[in-house]
Amino acid sequence: MCGIFGVMDKRRQMMDGSGIRQALSMMNERGSGEGAGYVAYGIYPDYRDCYALHVFFDNARESKAAVDTTLEQWGTIEHDEAIPTYDQPNLRATCTPWRYFFKPDPSLAPGSASPEKEIITNLVMQINAGANGAEIVSSGKNVGVFKAGSSRGAEGAGGAGSRPEAVADYYRIEDYEGYIWLAHNRYATTSPEKWERPDPFNLHDWSVVENGKTTTYGANRRYIESFGYNCSTSTDSEVIAYLIDLLVRRHGLDINLAVRALAPPYWEEIDRMPEAEQKLCRALRFAYGSATMNGPFTVVAANPNMMVGFTDRGKLRPMVVGECGDRLYIASEESAIRAMEPGVESIMRPAAGETVIGRVAQ
Amino acid sequence: MSSNFGSIPLRYRVSIDREQCMECGRCIDNCSYGVFRRDGDRILINSRKCTACHRCLAYCPRDAIMLEEHPCDYRSHPVWNRQVREAIYNQARTGKIILAGMGSVANLPVIFDHLMLDACQVTTPPTDPLREPVELRTYLGKKPSRLDFRRNSNGDVELSTELAPNLMVETPILLGHMSYGAISLNAQVSMARAAKETGTYMGTGEGGLHPGLYPYQDRMIVQVASGRFGVNIDYLERGAAIEVKLGQGAKPGIGGHLTGEKVSKDVSRTRMIPQGSDAISPAPHHDIYGIEDLPQLVRSIKEATGWKKPVFAKVAAVNNTAENVAAVARASVDAIAIDGFRGGTGAAPRVFRDHVGIPIEVAIASADRELRKQGLRNEVSLIACGSIRESADVVKAIALGADAVYIGTAALAAMGCRVCGNCYQGLCPWGIATQRDDLVQRLNPDVASKQVANLIHAWTMEVTELMGAAGINSIESLRGNRDRLRGFMLDEGLLNVLDVKPVGA
Ligand code: SF4
Ligand code: SF4
Repeated sequence: MCGIFGVMDKRRQMMDGSGIRQALSMMNERGSGEGAGYVAYGIYPDYRDCYALHVFFDNARESKAAVDTTLEQWGTIEHDEAIPTYDQPNLRATCTPWRYFFKPDPSLAPGSASPEKEIITNLVMQINAGANGAEIVSSGKNVGVFKAGSSRGAEGAGGAGSRPEAVADYYRIEDYEGYIWLAHNRYATTSPEKWERPDPFNLHDWSVVENGKTTTYGANRRYIESFGYNCSTSTDSEVIAYLIDLLVRRHGLDINLAVRALAPPYWEEIDRMPEAEQKLCRALRFAYGSATMNGPFTVVAANPNMMVGFTDRGKLRPMVVGECGDRLYIASEESAIRAMEPGVESIMRPAAGETVIGRVAQ
Repeated sequence: MSSNFGSIPLRYRVSIDREQCMECGRCIDNCSYGVFRRDGDRILINSRKCTACHRCLAYCPRDAIMLEEHPCDYRSHPVWNRQVREAIYNQARTGKIILAGMGSVANLPVIFDHLMLDACQVTTPPTDPLREPVELRTYLGKKPSRLDFRRNSNGDVELSTELAPNLMVETPILLGHMSYGAISLNAQVSMARAAKETGTYMGTGEGGLHPGLYPYQDRMIVQVASGRFGVNIDYLERGAAIEVKLGQGAKPGIGGHLTGEKVSKDVSRTRMIPQGSDAISPAPHHDIYGIEDLPQLVRSIKEATGWKKPVFAKVAAVNNTAENVAAVARASVDAIAIDGFRGGTGAAPRVFRDHVGIPIEVAIASADRELRKQGLRNEVSLIACGSIRESADVVKAIALGADAVYIGTAALAAMGCRVCGNCYQGLCPWGIATQRDDLVQRLNPDVASKQVANLIHAWTMEVTELMGAAGINSIESLRGNRDRLRGFMLDEGLLNVLDVKPVGA
């Protein structure tokens, strides 16, 4: 179905994108040549105080002015430019990727505990919901999402399509250096014609790649939309990114509890827990029942300080964890980890419900 | 004074195959409506009184009885059909409101039947409930919208949010409210035992709590209706939860009605009303004339019972259900039952039963949407009722936004009811909707409770399978999950109200 890959360096040592390009290509079978995406933390040190907005324009000439105006209403554009791309024979680009380095004006979101992020969240919702030919695909500080899908057009026929390498080469991923990388290749199960569809999904701090397909999209979407989030792509990972933002930023749950809300233990297990834990787990299911995700999935999510991996509570999708020195790897397949790190020191396969969290040393 | 109409044509025709009949007389004993009588060694038949309750057919040892509908045709007319004309004839003769029992017989499409459930194939595999857990456990009551934590002295995270009392059910299927009076004590005891056996709850209805049900009181939701029949502190304290009845699907906007014939000595004691008197509960509660009065009632019930029990409210599905539900949700209520226009009843004016209210499918979908819009969805659980006929309806109701369902008619049918619709006469030959001693004795609680428990168990298994097929392993994940539903031959307007996509989309 999909292959996902995440790597994090605890000491913020930079890795260029060639390793992850190599790792992802090991899982081509899972992707079936239907697009791929990469996310890297730490790539924009010169603009580390700005929110890096990666925007896809269907037609930059037509829609960029409107986005510029909206952004200027809410803050200052420090710099903007087209994201450099390099044509690939097997990749049909249908939009122009652009990046803005943007400083929101916190005084415009009074009363919020995180005014800048509140503004960014609203901008993402507003711009992505409007039928204006613009989509913000990443919006965090010092982070960027690079992704592309492909239709099974003439170029893609026979499954060659946009293999992960083609997407990596299109953006020349190896030119970027980050301390956390996530990647995803996919078999497009919904609307493969949409260029911007594949993972990763990002909302300022959090980026998400998912191997799977939840059966709770309808319930999760209705839930998250009741908090003002707007899901514009019909994609699980978009909802997951928003759910994590809601639980962690707005409701103040620590990431462990947030994951327990998304993939909670079964009642039978809860019944057997010591009382305090039981109470906590019951409360989480009471409060966040509609955020529970079902169906097969493995999720790897990251923010500037950590990388997290978890599976559905039945573990219907694989999750392999590797460690080597300061590096933590989470992937769909061991071979992918070995492709990037042949000397990997330990390989683990966490059980269902076991969350893997790696934190960057502060 | 006789009327000008002569007699109205028969509704059913009963006949006996005389070759088969052995004149045992069982049909005479079994038909409480008096269709059969003996004339020497012949059994005579008066088909006019027949309600098609099927009791005689079920107990004739020779399968000698035959029953047909519409033996006499009216002049065919698409508008002035039989029902319309008979109602006029009857009312012209009597000058009265026509009473009817059970749910609506109006010939309107059933939305549930136009909603198809989804299943998984290869891009997402189904869940196998035989090998993997599929959780049906449901908690009914207020849930927090968000949680607050503190760190204790050891640095561990501790919950500081207090959880409100919830009812825990092992299946999302509960037995709805049917009062002692409307139905017999044996019928109530049968359902109470079934509730206990299957880990669910049943409603007492507005008839009080008979001492015969005390052994099952921890499985009872006691009802407070506008008539306050049988309500006192002892009653409130016995229930596991308390339900304030504001309306009923079969008769929105009016109160309850129990005919005097059904108010036996025992019923009169339990309801705290005189024997043989009509028990008429008023349309509104006489202490609720505005939404601001409801929280006072709810909180006084909570205060009286030490804030330990969830308090439910039941409203009829009407056009502004969403608004009503949102208002009720703000009134300290823990769960709201919404009763659709096809809901059953012991007795209702026919014109209400067949013409007032809206389908439960629509009511539940719009209530769920409104509660979410107002950020109140976690404040209350929603219970859908009024025409839940099979396990698929349960799953569809939950996908449309309910937490659980109440079943009524289906539970009666599990005990033998043939849905003949004559409950208000008090002559139910199956011993269910009657207080006549000899008839009540016909229902054996040992057997009937098993049948009801079997039904709940069977539906629960089917719900599990349907959820597994949809790749869902907890009921919370089915709740409001519109993606698991598709509308088949429903118009765009209705699809929008239901928030469901058409098939193929
Ligand atoms: S019960 Fe059947 S066999 Fe007995 S008298 Fe009636 S019709 Fe005849
Ligand atoms: S009312 Fe019932 S028992 Fe009597 S004849 Fe009709 S079907 Fe038979």
